[in-house]
Amino acid sequence: MLLARVIGNVVSTRKDPGLVGATLLVIQPLHPDRTPSGTPLVALDSVGAGAWEEVFYVRGREASFPFLPDEVPSDATIVGIVDHWNAGG
Amino acid sequence: MLIGRVVGNLVSTRKNAKLEGTKLLLVQPLDLSGQARGAAVLAIDSVDAGVGDRVLLVQEGRAAQLALDRGTAAVDAAVVGVVDSVEL
Repeated sequence: MLLARVIGNVVSTRKDPGLVGATLLVIQPLHPDRTPSGTPLVALDSVGAGAWEEVFYVRGREASFPFLPDEVPSDATIVGIVDHWNAGG
Repeated sequence: MLIGRVVGNLVSTRKNAKLEGTKLLLVQPLDLSGQARGAAVLAIDSVDAGVGDRVLLVQEGRAAQLALDRGTAAVDAAVVGVVDSVEL
């Protein structure tokens, strides 16, 4: 999983049937010190995340698992909202 | 697998049901000289590692799910060992 911040959302009317009803969020991956890591991407939401919240997401095949038994074509899905993290060490 | 260092831990109340009760660690992948390599990842911990430990990190869904041992789950990274030493 990777850390990210929600920075926007995407509205799409014409899309794969598996994505109907899905929430599409734009997220910026973060380093543990909260600086941006790489470029933003679009991720599906499975936990009710909102704007500016810090979240973590899974990539790849596992990104479709939170929606089972529905088959959802996602390669990045938010699976948790961060309360806080401690970065040291 | 990669060698990484545990650089933090993370608390999340609202998360995927399959992740309930799991310990989540921030792990910085390292190269063989011990320098940071790429972005830090969030991994489930199956070996009771702690901050500062050098660990074995898998970054692949099937391996992470086996480590979690809860069947099909939305995880893609896990700490599967604590490194005692590396000889080259």
